[in-house]
Amino acid sequence: MKIFVTVKQVPDTSGKVAVKADGTLDRASMQTITNPDDLNAVEAALTLKDEYGYKVVAFCMGPPPAEPMLRELIAMGVDEAVLISGREFGGSDTYATSQIIAAAIDHYGIEEDDIILAGRQAIDGDTAQVGPQIAEKLGLPQITYAGDIKKEGNTLTVKRILEDGYMMIKVQTPCMITCIKELNTPRYMTVSGVLGAWEKPLTIYDYPTLQDHPLIDKSTIGLKGSPTNIYKSFTPPQKGVGTMLKGDGKDTTNELASILAAKHII
Amino acid sequence: MILDKEHAMLQKLYRQFAETEFTKELLEELEETGEFNREIHDKMAKYGFMGVKIPKQYGGAGGDYLAYALLIEEFARVSCVLSIYANTSNSLGGGPLMLAGSEEQKKKYLPQVADGSKIMGFALTEPGAGSDAGGMTSTAVLDGDEWVLNGRKTFISGAPFDDWIMVFAQTDPSQKGSRGISLFILDTKLPGVSFGAHENKMGIIGYPTSDLIMEDVRIPKDCLVGELNKGFSYAMKTLDGGRLGMAAQAVGVAQSCLEEATKYAKERKQFGRRIADFQGISFMLADMATDVEAARQLVYHAAQLKDANSPDATLACSIAKYFAAEAANRCAYKAVQIHGGYGYIKEYKVERLYRDARITSIYEGTSQVQQMVIASNILNKIK
Ligand SMILES: Cc1cc2nc3c(=O)[nH]c(=O)nc-3n(C[C@H](O)[C@H](O)[C@H](O)COP(=O)(O)OP(=O)(O)OC[C@H]3O[C@@H](n4cnc5c(N)ncnc54)[C@H](O)[C@@H]3O)c2cc1C
Ligand SMILES: Cc1cc2nc3c(=O)[nH]c(=O)nc-3n(C[C@H](O)[C@H](O)[C@H](O)COP(=O)(O)OP(=O)(O)OC[C@H]3O[C@@H](n4cnc5c(N)ncnc54)[C@H](O)[C@@H]3O)c2cc1C
Repeated sequence: MKIFVTVKQVPDTSGKVAVKADGTLDRASMQTITNPDDLNAVEAALTLKDEYGYKVVAFCMGPPPAEPMLRELIAMGVDEAVLISGREFGGSDTYATSQIIAAAIDHYGIEEDDIILAGRQAIDGDTAQVGPQIAEKLGLPQITYAGDIKKEGNTLTVKRILEDGYMMIKVQTPCMITCIKELNTPRYMTVSGVLGAWEKPLTIYDYPTLQDHPLIDKSTIGLKGSPTNIYKSFTPPQKGVGTMLKGDGKDTTNELASILAAKHII
Repeated sequence: MILDKEHAMLQKLYRQFAETEFTKELLEELEETGEFNREIHDKMAKYGFMGVKIPKQYGGAGGDYLAYALLIEEFARVSCVLSIYANTSNSLGGGPLMLAGSEEQKKKYLPQVADGSKIMGFALTEPGAGSDAGGMTSTAVLDGDEWVLNGRKTFISGAPFDDWIMVFAQTDPSQKGSRGISLFILDTKLPGVSFGAHENKMGIIGYPTSDLIMEDVRIPKDCLVGELNKGFSYAMKTLDGGRLGMAAQAVGVAQSCLEEATKYAKERKQFGRRIADFQGISFMLADMATDVEAARQLVYHAAQLKDANSPDATLACSIAKYFAAEAANRCAYKAVQIHGGYGYIKEYKVERLYRDARITSIYEGTSQVQQMVIASNILNKIK
């Protein structure tokens, strides 16, 4: 009984976004965070773990500096982490990324009552493709935009939230679900979680680990195997950060006035 | 000092929690009501903050002094009073038990303190015995299988809602000064225990402080903690660690002063320029940054010495507490000064910081008491 959560390390776009001369992100110069939607996926997994006793395994494809992020997830309650890392995987687009992650999860072993949870979308690549592609490549049913997940035996009932309404969908495990921020509020790490985080297992899957998997073909992974070519990337002009005042009527007006006065604008 | 990966992650957790949970609304409510907020206490407990320093076998996280100091610093950076919420269990409350309690006592009390289901206080000070704590007059007399406690303790943080209080009392009046004092664990629900009115404090509002009054309180014989007549040395040893926490608290407050003052100096314009562009202001910021960093390094260093059980730890903790508390007061003064008239108005965070900073050089040994400890250590050490 396992839940696999796919988690991506992304640049913290709330800080300064740096782009290299060739148009790709200058990841080295930026702070990194766990992709926000993926934290909702982790929380969903941990909630199910609290109730049903799942083992939660986080999968991340990325360079070795992604380890501390995985340790943070362990400090939240994730049982085990797998870091998929190797030169051969570098430069993968969504097609290649999902291929590799699918192979990695399959290599770990998928059973009858297992669930794969992904974030809806990564804040850097932003395509929302990787989750669904993993499901396709593993031949599993998928539900995107989960805003609620309920379990009864091997059946999950998922509320799929769309812009203009929602759907209630039943699905059999094993299956893949992508999570949105409305699903939950991610928990913090715990103190004892942090203090034990380096003792929990973290396995590295490199190219030799996965090379014999049927999904792995050198011509469909990495930069060369990626059908996507980047034409140009650029940073759109920043909008200022807004502040929402809660409530309505006179209270907010007064609050607004005192904020403006505090900043000596009025 | 460069934090190792575990401590760096703890620091991140503490900061994330404080910045998210210690909302403006919560801080305002604490200031307005002055009451203890059980909800935030329970939330802290849920993530293990009450048991940072309590060993794993007694339900804690088994962290070290550095893990504890970072907790208090990060919490105090956002709210001085809320740093006290997570302090006592790890410090003056849980501390004497970890130090001198029997295996049975530790098993009985510590797990409930670590998980926050019970709150523990520390009562040393009396109306006539503050800095000179050895001059206390509260007594404990053995009567059959029970100790009978009488006396009045003053300024006891959390007393009105504490479940248990570590109480010091005279057990051998024939001994002079501190030598006849013993330590007891007191269940505050027992007959004969009462509390004075909540003190109307200048700062750290939202964690009530009151007198603890004991009138013929009968407690079981096995509530004596450690050896008879050894209580004063337990108090002093616990205060070493406690001082480290309060030094960390002072660093948090000072850091917050620096941040608030810097932001304000960049926003406020006078004579057509940001006030930060005046050297008179920017040099104040430079002094604050230097004070904060020096204090922080003293605290981290003292924590490491405590963790290594170094004989120099007592001296280092007093130096850290003395310097950090005075630095916090200097920083608070400058932060208000940089805010001008606005710093004197309650809507600005520095007004609260100014009041909160003031306590750090008073409790758990005034600055003068730290000077006494430092001086006597130095006089002994340098021959
Ligand atoms: C046009 C384009 C070109 C790119 N070219 C390059 C390139 O040349 N070199 C390069 O390094 N990168 C490149 N990338 C980035 C990289 O391909 C994608 O970031 C990656 O495939 C994931 O896609 P995404 O960010 O759109 O994730 P999404 O599909 O939005 O992510 C959805 C979910 O999938 C999971 N997921 C996604 N990525 C990972 C991961 N690595 N590990 C674990 N879980 C994951 C997460 O759960 C995430 O929430 C490119 C991206 C795009 C859009
Ligand atoms: C908000 C708050 C919370 C507290 N919480 C607790 C608690 O939980 N438990 C507890 O036991 N106590 C607590 N205290 C008590 C605190 O520790 C004492 O107030 C402190 O130790 C000082 O004692 P005092 O107030 O009697 O001052 P005094 O000892 O009377 O000191 C007055 C002044 O004389 C100075 N002085 C005293 N002796 C000397 C000397 N030999 N040389 C030079 N100067 C000297 C002092 O530094 C100070 O400036 C708390 C106090 C406050 C205000």
